Amino acid sequence: MTDQTAHSQDEGVDEDRRNFIHIATGAVAFGGVAAFAIAAVEQWNPAADTRAASSLDVDISKVPLGGEIRVLIGGKPFFIRHRTPAEISAAESVNVATLPDPETDEERLRPMADGTFNRAFLITSGACTHLGCVPVGPTQGNVGAYGGWYCPCHGSQYDTSGRIRSGPAPTNLPIPNYNYVSETVVNISL
Amino acid sequence: MSGHESSYTPNTGFEKWLDARLPIIRFANDTAISFPTPKNLNYWYTFGGILAICLVVQILTGVILAMHYEASIDGAFASVERIMRDVPYGWLLRYIHSNGASMFFFAVYIHMFRGLYYGSYKAPREVLWILGCVIFLLMIATAFLGYMLPWGQMSYHGANVITSLFGAIPLVGESLQTWILGGPSIGNQTLQRFFSLHYLLPFMIAAVVILHVWALHVPGNNNPTGVEVQDVEKDTVPFHPYYTVKDAFAIMLFLMLFAAFVFYAPNALGHADQAIEANPLVTPAHIVPEWYMLPFYAILRAITFDIGPIPAKLLGVIAMFAAIAILFVLPWLDTSKVKSMRYRPVARQLFFGFVVVCLLLGWCGAKLPDAPVIPALQGEDILVVSYTENGQEATSEYKGGHEAYVDAKRFMDSLPADSTPSLAAVAPKTFQFSQLSLILTILYFGYFFILFFVGLTEKTKELPESIHKSVLKRHKAPTATAVPAE
Repeated sequence: MTDQTAHSQDEGVDEDRRNFIHIATGAVAFGGVAAFAIAAVEQWNPAADTRAASSLDVDISKVPLGGEIRVLIGGKPFFIRHRTPAEISAAESVNVATLPDPETDEERLRPMADGTFNRAFLITSGACTHLGCVPVGPTQGNVGAYGGWYCPCHGSQYDTSGRIRSGPAPTNLPIPNYNYVSETVVNISL
Repeated sequence: MSGHESSYTPNTGFEKWLDARLPIIRFANDTAISFPTPKNLNYWYTFGGILAICLVVQILTGVILAMHYEASIDGAFASVERIMRDVPYGWLLRYIHSNGASMFFFAVYIHMFRGLYYGSYKAPREVLWILGCVIFLLMIATAFLGYMLPWGQMSYHGANVITSLFGAIPLVGESLQTWILGGPSIGNQTLQRFFSLHYLLPFMIAAVVILHVWALHVPGNNNPTGVEVQDVEKDTVPFHPYYTVKDAFAIMLFLMLFAAFVFYAPNALGHADQAIEANPLVTPAHIVPEWYMLPFYAILRAITFDIGPIPAKLLGVIAMFAAIAILFVLPWLDTSKVKSMRYRPVARQLFFGFVVVCLLLGWCGAKLPDAPVIPALQGEDILVVSYTENGQEATSEYKGGHEAYVDAKRFMDSLPADSTPSLAAVAPKTFQFSQLSLILTILYFGYFFILFFVGLTEKTKELPESIHKSVLKRHKAPTATAVPAE
């Protein structure tokens, strides 16, 4: 570039002035691209209305004993399971050390307002931790080999505490953030 | 070859005027009419032209379908049904578009295997090959995005599985997944961005195709001997009419196959679950992608064990992307100077093995991972009693018909009450598809690494001196005594 200018018009070229114009123009162009990139990238994120639809009050009193209901919050499935005493004792009697993802049953419950646990109700995510399929459960007539849920996609088996027992899923069904608004209503949020 | 002299002479006054301003006729002439092309290209070389037709068909039908499609989770499924029932010829356009995707991949796989066989990825065509890999990657992305749009059960849950793969990537995975989904899960916002990108990517493919053809025309076509053109007079013929006609004939045959699917088996390559509207709460019992993704799906699921700190899920994702990424570096993995497998006896056998591995991977991808490969070898189910003894879990197994059931029941009754026994029928261990997938995945990658060493040691056959000598030899040798050359 300097060669060319030197050849064509060796007189009156102010290199500093030229560099300033180049850098200033480049900086404005870069700033413009960067400013647009912020908008272009940010718009991929969840919109305000999408984020607002991320919690739900659920009445758990209608869930039949031994059955479950499934709710969608922000499009994600959640299980609310009304466990029988046999299922609760099965979940509690397991030797936690032998589990792929060791957690006691109590660690997977959230206390009610008075600090006690409502052991009859298990609330978990309804997405298999392997690849996000929705496992089948008591409503579909298949609870798998460990009495909880069975994922038909790749054969993961969950127990009555939603813990992974066998199959490719790496971790237990996650417990969502939830709290007991009253004895029969829970607020579940993502 | 870009170096070849232009054979175009503008005749009319208008052509001369235009040639001085925009030499577009000259460009078309030099690219598609007089372009010197090796005279020995066989029918495997017609798939480039076939693919160009596929892209045009997909864009044309896709643009029309977009006029009738509604990108919303409440309207998408119904609008596709409306296209099928109410829009004039909508059924035809949609069947062409959905089967067109399959035909596109069918053609691209043959095109890629042809490149592998004749060594078309080697110098001086590395950039040509890499651009082809970019097109393939864009095709996969486009097909994946498009499969979501009908909002069927397989659309939704297939997309769920694939987008959750991005979540497996460490550090950035979850943010990336949120960006793709635009929310905590697949929703209306996801469908809308998928539609937008599905419309965009084919035009990006078209742009890369232009680069691909440009990169082809710099060194010129490879050919079945892999020997470069030495004498343009003797080794090449002009593209038109020789290859325009040859390509057109192959395109006609291809379109007949295409039409056979569209008119006689439009849903043969599809999946029944796609006829059910998406329901986030019910996952289909068996999620499978479209047939052209099955080999990669099999690789994804082949790795079921952790290696050190890397979990199995991430390893599967890495392996799947690596299966495509390795194609990009193939020009530097294959060390042999000889291009065509015709003259590489060892690599040729390996190539055919590789094709079989790819087909078998497709078979694995279509099956449940824990299903037996050979059902006849799978024995009877075993009854397993699980119970707790002194706080430890224990099992006891029983084999052989209903007597085993009686034995198992008697054993369960004999256990103390607090041992919570349960009974389950378990299939005996046998050779499963997940194990076959792992072996095939190793062979898939093995092919590329073995090429590296085979290239160093292989004793290749003698190469023909030139393209025209090889053509003459092929036509003389068997007919030396009888039939004169036509």
